[in-house]
Amino acid sequence: MSIFLDRETRVIVQGITGKMARFHAREMIDYGTNVVGGVVPGKGGETVEGVPVFDTVKQAVAETGAEATLVFVPPPAAADSIMEAADAGIRYCVCITDGIPAQDMIRVKRYMYRYPKERRMILTGPNCAGTISPGKAMLGIMPGHIYLPGNVGIIGRSGTLGYEAAAQLKEHGLGVSTSVGIGGDPINGSSFRDVLEHFEQDDETHVICMIGEIGGPQEAEAAEYIRDHVSKPVVAYVAGLTAPKGRTMGHAGAIISAFGESASEKVEILAAAGVTMAENPAVIGETIARVMQ
Amino acid sequence: MDIHEYQAKEILDRFGVGIPQGALAYSPEQAAYRAREMGGDRWVVKAQVHAGGRGKAGGVKLCDSDLEIQAATEAMFGQKLVTHQTGPEGKGIYRVYVEAAVPIAREIYLGFVLDRASQRVMIVASGEGGMEIEEISAQKPDSIVRATVEPAVGLQEFQCREIAFALGIKPAMVQQMMRTLRGCYRAFRELDATMVEVNPLVVTSDDRILALDAKMTFDNNALFRHSQILELRDKSQEDPRESRAADHGLSYVGLEGNIGCIVNGAGLAMATMDTIKLAGGEPANFLDIGGGATPERVARAFRLVMSDKNVQAILVNIFAGINRCDWVAEGVVRALREEPVDVPVVVRLAGTNVEEGQKILAQSGLPLIRATTLMEAAERAVAAWRADTQRNANLRAV
Repeated sequence: MSIFLDRETRVIVQGITGKMARFHAREMIDYGTNVVGGVVPGKGGETVEGVPVFDTVKQAVAETGAEATLVFVPPPAAADSIMEAADAGIRYCVCITDGIPAQDMIRVKRYMYRYPKERRMILTGPNCAGTISPGKAMLGIMPGHIYLPGNVGIIGRSGTLGYEAAAQLKEHGLGVSTSVGIGGDPINGSSFRDVLEHFEQDDETHVICMIGEIGGPQEAEAAEYIRDHVSKPVVAYVAGLTAPKGRTMGHAGAIISAFGESASEKVEILAAAGVTMAENPAVIGETIARVMQ
Repeated sequence: MDIHEYQAKEILDRFGVGIPQGALAYSPEQAAYRAREMGGDRWVVKAQVHAGGRGKAGGVKLCDSDLEIQAATEAMFGQKLVTHQTGPEGKGIYRVYVEAAVPIAREIYLGFVLDRASQRVMIVASGEGGMEIEEISAQKPDSIVRATVEPAVGLQEFQCREIAFALGIKPAMVQQMMRTLRGCYRAFRELDATMVEVNPLVVTSDDRILALDAKMTFDNNALFRHSQILELRDKSQEDPRESRAADHGLSYVGLEGNIGCIVNGAGLAMATMDTIKLAGGEPANFLDIGGGATPERVARAFRLVMSDKNVQAILVNIFAGINRCDWVAEGVVRALREEPVDVPVVVRLAGTNVEEGQKILAQSGLPLIRATTLMEAAERAVAAWRADTQRNANLRAV
């Protein structure tokens, strides 16, 4: 099975009655994802896009055996929804919501650690496009058709830049095992390092593509992990070479505030760890194709 | 969101942190009056701008009389203060804070930040106050004391004690230091700050611990639950174009170059800027128009980019996921018909319904330059900008 989700993975959508959530639930179902229900407090008993809605995640898990969730809840309630999923025994959670307060995410991370590792939920995002294992299932808002099934594992902070990479791979006839969006927020559920660990263990993934950007320590942390623990080839691109220091570039987390957080420093750190760098965003596909030969 | 020093001090005061006596003034006369009202024989007047490095730039003056205060503030009001943090355009001085001078025995650096590595609130302190933290970590790294706060239980007394003793605070003043630390932490935590910086925190010769300067930055994502903080926003300290963009849900950062960018997605927007640079040009801005690029949104983006007089070419780069290229193409065509621009426009569309989108652009009759890949788009934008500036130069020569 691919990392995080598969054709059989039973998925719920939290906030499914919202207009956008409903649209994407439909897209996910059409893609072949096993969507088994939704959760909206107070709307239990309704049916949306052919699946039952529950008041609580616990009820949804009890009734449907849900294992994964897509959190599509507005920022003020999103952190609470993630914690509800963690407590209900959900195994994998993708949070799409952009705009969750950073201190709410600190609490979410702390809360998740109260569960022992074997039953601790994996969270990716927030502020991401989601996760897709092409040809199997998708848990997110990406256009499924731009991904071919294949053996490149993608991890990226940016949604559209991840699409760009997938589209370039497709042009080279290359496909994707799983693409994981870790999101553009300063405090996120899983880091590059966390996802690298999964790809390293995954038989379907032969090459790993990392798409980083300015701000934060996670690219440098990943470099160290790659150097010591990753046997598969890793290709990376870091966006923001022209970004000025101290300015937030769209993503809440895309700001150079400390040493080692600029794109050029990250490129240097990753290259020193043996990562093959795509020197510009137009050659990500080409660089991966070269590495795979 | 940033606030002024005097606002940060008012907040910290409410949370039990000591601050010197001070008052705000909107005119030189008021500044002098504030000093008389306060009493004493020595005051500091400080220009209130959203930037550090005010002292070196002439925004902080020590005065011994109300006449001196009037003269010093007359030279400040209405001026732009240029510090190493403001950029060459500087920030306007419209408010001045008058503070009673205090006898300083020693200066301490104290900062509370969101530490992304530990994903917790971190306290950074150093006995080498007065310098900026970057300088301290470069020159006196061993003087820095750090502690992270366990989010479930908050800042503990022993941590405050450890920091106080590490900084060499006299035992009789440790309680006062603990109150200061806990006050800053509670302000950070309860008001959703992303940074609280007190530099310097001073120990006075009469054994008081006071925040001599204070800086607070708040999490924009949490302002919805802090209306009293939102009220402190001072638009005079923001780039007008950036704040207008933000008010319309567009994320815009002005830069020095001359190729304007209109892109969906923050990562792709940064990547587009990088590619322009690689192709030999300089991006004029970062602009993420977000998902759902409606014609109105695209039109607004064009207006925003064109309001920068340095822009000599525009590159539109849209990777349509949820959007459809035909909708985006219609948006571009409609925006340019309603408000034509006098610079070359390069459009690169990719993703859903790309053929239909290209067809709409081709049939529009507009002089658009089309591109299929990111690199091609950047190269064409740079080439078009060069040709255009050359042509204009020739015209001027004629």
